[in-house]
Amino acid sequence: MAKPTTITSSAPVLENKRPAGKDAGPQQFSGAAAWLDERIGLAKIAKGGLRKVFPDHWSFLLGEIALYSFIVLLLSGVFLTIWFKPSMMELEYNGSYQLMKGLPMSEAFASTLALSFDVRGGLLVRQVHHWAAILFIAALTAHMLRVFFTGAFRKPRELNWLIGVGLMSLSLIAGFSGYSLPDDLLSGTGLRFVDGLIRSIPLIGTWAEFFVFAGEFPGDALIARLYMVHILLIPGILLALIGAHMTMVVYHKHTQFPGPGRTEKNVVGYPLFPVYMAKAGGFFFIVFGVLILMGALMQINPVWMYGPYNPAQVTAGSQPDWYMGWVEGAIRIIPNWEWHLFGTTWSWNIFLPGVGLMGLLLTGLGLYPFIEAWVTGDKAEHHLLDRPRNAPTRTALGVAGMTCYAMFWLAGGNDILSTQFHVSLNAVTYFMRVAVFVAPVIAFIVTKRICLSLQRADRERILHGSESGIIDRSPAGGYSEDHVPVSHDEAWTLTQHEQYEPLEASDAVDVNGIPQAGRGISKLRARASRWFFSDDIPVPSRDEIEEAHAHDHHELDHEVEDAKALGH
Amino acid sequence: MSHDIVPTDHPSAPVRQFPVDDPGIEHHVPRYTDVDVAAGNRAYRNILAMFGLVPVLAIAFVVIYFAVPKTAGFDVLGNNFHAQTLFLGLTAGLAVLLIGTGMVAWARDIMSDQEIAEERHEAGSDEETRAAALVKVNAGITDSGVGRRKLILGALGGGMGMLAVPAVVLLADMGPYPLAAKRAETIEKTIWAEGVRLVNDVNELPLKASDLEIGQLVNAEPETLFKLHGHEYQTEKAKSAIIIVRMDPASIKIPASRKDWQVDGILAYSKICTHVGCPISLWEQQTHHLLCPCHQSTFDLGNSGVVVFGPAARSLPQLPIKVNAEGYLVAQGDFPVPVGPSYFERDSSKDFKEGDQ
Amino acid sequence: MRFLSSHRRRRAAKPLMLAFALLLMGTLYAVVAPAPQVAADTGTSAQVAAGKGLFAVSCSSCHGLNGEGTSQGPSLVGVGAAAVDFQVTTGRMPMAAPGAQAPRKHNTMTREETDALAAWVATLGPGPAIPQKSQYAPGDQDAATIARGGELFRTNCSACHNFEGGGGALPEGKYAPTLKGVEPIHIYEAMRTGPQQMPVFSPGAIPDADVASIITYLESLHAQPGPGFNLGGLGPVSEGLFGWIVGIGGLCLFATWIASRGARAR
Repeated sequence: MAKPTTITSSAPVLENKRPAGKDAGPQQFSGAAAWLDERIGLAKIAKGGLRKVFPDHWSFLLGEIALYSFIVLLLSGVFLTIWFKPSMMELEYNGSYQLMKGLPMSEAFASTLALSFDVRGGLLVRQVHHWAAILFIAALTAHMLRVFFTGAFRKPRELNWLIGVGLMSLSLIAGFSGYSLPDDLLSGTGLRFVDGLIRSIPLIGTWAEFFVFAGEFPGDALIARLYMVHILLIPGILLALIGAHMTMVVYHKHTQFPGPGRTEKNVVGYPLFPVYMAKAGGFFFIVFGVLILMGALMQINPVWMYGPYNPAQVTAGSQPDWYMGWVEGAIRIIPNWEWHLFGTTWSWNIFLPGVGLMGLLLTGLGLYPFIEAWVTGDKAEHHLLDRPRNAPTRTALGVAGMTCYAMFWLAGGNDILSTQFHVSLNAVTYFMRVAVFVAPVIAFIVTKRICLSLQRADRERILHGSESGIIDRSPAGGYSEDHVPVSHDEAWTLTQHEQYEPLEASDAVDVNGIPQAGRGISKLRARASRWFFSDDIPVPSRDEIEEAHAHDHHELDHEVEDAKALGH
Repeated sequence: MSHDIVPTDHPSAPVRQFPVDDPGIEHHVPRYTDVDVAAGNRAYRNILAMFGLVPVLAIAFVVIYFAVPKTAGFDVLGNNFHAQTLFLGLTAGLAVLLIGTGMVAWARDIMSDQEIAEERHEAGSDEETRAAALVKVNAGITDSGVGRRKLILGALGGGMGMLAVPAVVLLADMGPYPLAAKRAETIEKTIWAEGVRLVNDVNELPLKASDLEIGQLVNAEPETLFKLHGHEYQTEKAKSAIIIVRMDPASIKIPASRKDWQVDGILAYSKICTHVGCPISLWEQQTHHLLCPCHQSTFDLGNSGVVVFGPAARSLPQLPIKVNAEGYLVAQGDFPVPVGPSYFERDSSKDFKEGDQ
Repeated sequence: MRFLSSHRRRRAAKPLMLAFALLLMGTLYAVVAPAPQVAADTGTSAQVAAGKGLFAVSCSSCHGLNGEGTSQGPSLVGVGAAAVDFQVTTGRMPMAAPGAQAPRKHNTMTREETDALAAWVATLGPGPAIPQKSQYAPGDQDAATIARGGELFRTNCSACHNFEGGGGALPEGKYAPTLKGVEPIHIYEAMRTGPQQMPVFSPGAIPDADVASIITYLESLHAQPGPGFNLGGLGPVSEGLFGWIVGIGGLCLFATWIASRGARAR
């Protein structure tokens, strides 16, 4: 985190030399502005919103990367729809890509080849579109992690968090349906997997499969149905949810990191017009530009090399796009649990990692703010962010979750790991079966200890200042290190966070002293609360800080006295 | 300092005391571009240059679009790049990027960087507003007459809820119904039949038993597949694809019940994995193991296709084959069990298990 | 000696000592290590005899003196001259150490030695001969045939070697090697002889013309321009990795620039 500026007392005072232009801007509403104001009350909007304050921090731009990637997806997607044909009708290829000449393929695949080789700039736009999809989901994941670790999901932002979980789930479907549209070998293999996944669902599997595919796999309906989902249904819902998400950010105002002058009751930063508009607007162009450069320089999804989908062909190293990698990993490492009972088959080896694990993650994420509020008993509004070290259990839980996800993710690429790092494929699988349980526990313990150490270090800084690196030798002969007291700004930043006492188990009683069932605090809740706040290093109180500063001075005085006494 | 927001379930909770006093927003320290005229003008010129390059790049884009041939390659550090994609992308990407960096540089170097503070309001409304809202709500409820005629709301809700039924039922023709009879003619059946020849995939060559060597793998299909086209072809291929392997009979286990399913160590298995349906043709000649690339299910083809590793739960179905009068490999009939991934209604008791005879 | 000890603390002393030690070890090794046998090419029977001699020195400890096989290596009866040409020219044989995988490495045998070995092994039993160029690179295949070669490649080869011949994982630490930069003759020979775990693809199922079309397809595929760096040709795994590192990483750098306070004047 950026530390407040320190200015030495000897620095000269400088004069502001910004060129003083004539008073820029209009002095009254006229022309187009007046026309609009008379119809939609433009002045009221301007008055309310133009100078809204937004705080500045690089991690607040992660959500913007996601938003801007989404806009790039919409723009590049419209371009692609002009040429793409979402049809599984078979034709014989006669376009300009010679290595597929005369081969039978679906219209979807042929039109993708046409986009790549016959439409100028088509391949660039295809690649930009796919990179934007990768970046959209990566950025929203990073944004979600930032929100989690800084506690920005707490009241009043729980609804926004839920919308975010919804956005994440939809983005996974959008990405999967999108890269399946070209009907190439790699994505078709993925669809085959999905067919097997749907079919294996207990009780309703074959029904779901026949309804999704209009019969057997692959059938002739799937690509057109995925097209509808990908360009109409999901973007529509996404736009609506993004709108709601942004509206709430405007209403609640953005959270801010603690610092001098920043409290729960204000927001400190720069005005929307002109600074934030320029920074955010500029960042849109930067994201867009970086995406175009990625599309120009890095190959992605080379469908002409995969070839058209053929159910008897497959490539080594078949994986879905990165954001489905964790489900892929779970499917790979699970033991082959299947029940064969009375003429039925219950495929737990597919249902548990597929539907089960995805459901577990999304439910867990969605419920987390409410679970944490239940454990901490915290009902206050929060607009100041937590530094992750000041919520050690939450941070440790988050890192443990990330570690578990990462283990599944790595397991999804176990064959790539095997060839690139020269290890046995089977050994990787066995290792991951254990690692998905053990690694998160280790991660939790290590992270919690690190957070507590950082809290201790903060406490040391406030009480005794920072080490200056200057070693003093006292007249009496002892060595000690000079400490420089931290600035007032930094002391404030380090001590302003609130610390909570764990809840105590109690029974709720009404005005007449009669116990009310279900209204008190259960023993379980109290225990969870104790665990959540356990070991938190307390912020020093005002008295402790003053005593520590006095003590340091006192020691210094003693040394001077000793020196005098020894006659130096 | 104003009161901090307190937990609302403790009206008597004390106002929070901070260990250190709030120093207030830091004193603004000017930037070089504000105090040094030369620095300020330099920043101004840099921003103008960034914006000024954009039209140049845009025109370069247009020139490249029309001038560079579609199939041209361009060599960079030993990599053969597609020229149009590279140059169109570099020009357009840099042009867009420069607009962004110009705007940001303007915000950082030229625009005023005084931080300002704005008051927040509580997300929830105060008691007055809530009371006023309740007054309006109650006025509406009174006006609606629901208080005296209580069934109206319930009946409306129930009716609207029932409207969901026609909406859902409209989807009932999304696909055929997989009842037992339908399943038997679709997912439980392939086009393999008595006497159908096994042919090599793609080149459709029929296979003689004498053509195959020990250690050979053939990716094969039924001869009748190639009369089909379009999605019918794909759907049948997704079930009927097979692999043929030839192994030394002395080195493999052939159970008694399958002695006449093979010809001199030539065995035919379904190519479709019993896990989720990927085609498998990664066969290790010496271990006889078949590895599926999707999720690493491994089957031992020298032991009737039992699973030896990975998430597949059932052995790979074997196709009984024989040799016809001319010496070509032919099927004896369809697969004895449904091929491909599991489903709830599948009777998996007939699949081969380790130890079966 | 005085000179050496009085100059021992000079800066050049250490590197010079190192160079001297390396030179000494290299010379010693060159003197002690066995020199490869050179056989004179004076005729077929002499070639076979030379091959037998070479085989005894370089191959028999694992494959047996008559190529009958031991616990360390399989029988070579019937593998054919093509198998020897493939294994030796790509450096796979002789193996540096016993193991499940015989990786491609630098070939230490000359053309004559390889031919001699091949000639001798061919006498052990009938097997595929070293092919003529017309068999694996006829040079007259049209676009449709080459495209069909691609279909054959994706049906028979990509399951182990991946969609562009980049290689793939096998169980227990083995792998199917990359086909990039592999000579056409070696692809032909590997298909016909089935080295190590690779199965055999005999002419009965895939005739010479089809093998040639597969080889031509691969060469054309590797020669064509690609839209950007191919990130290893490993598919979505490396694409995701680079997306995170270049995309998110790069944009986070921009974000840090945007939100940072610039240099202050004092």
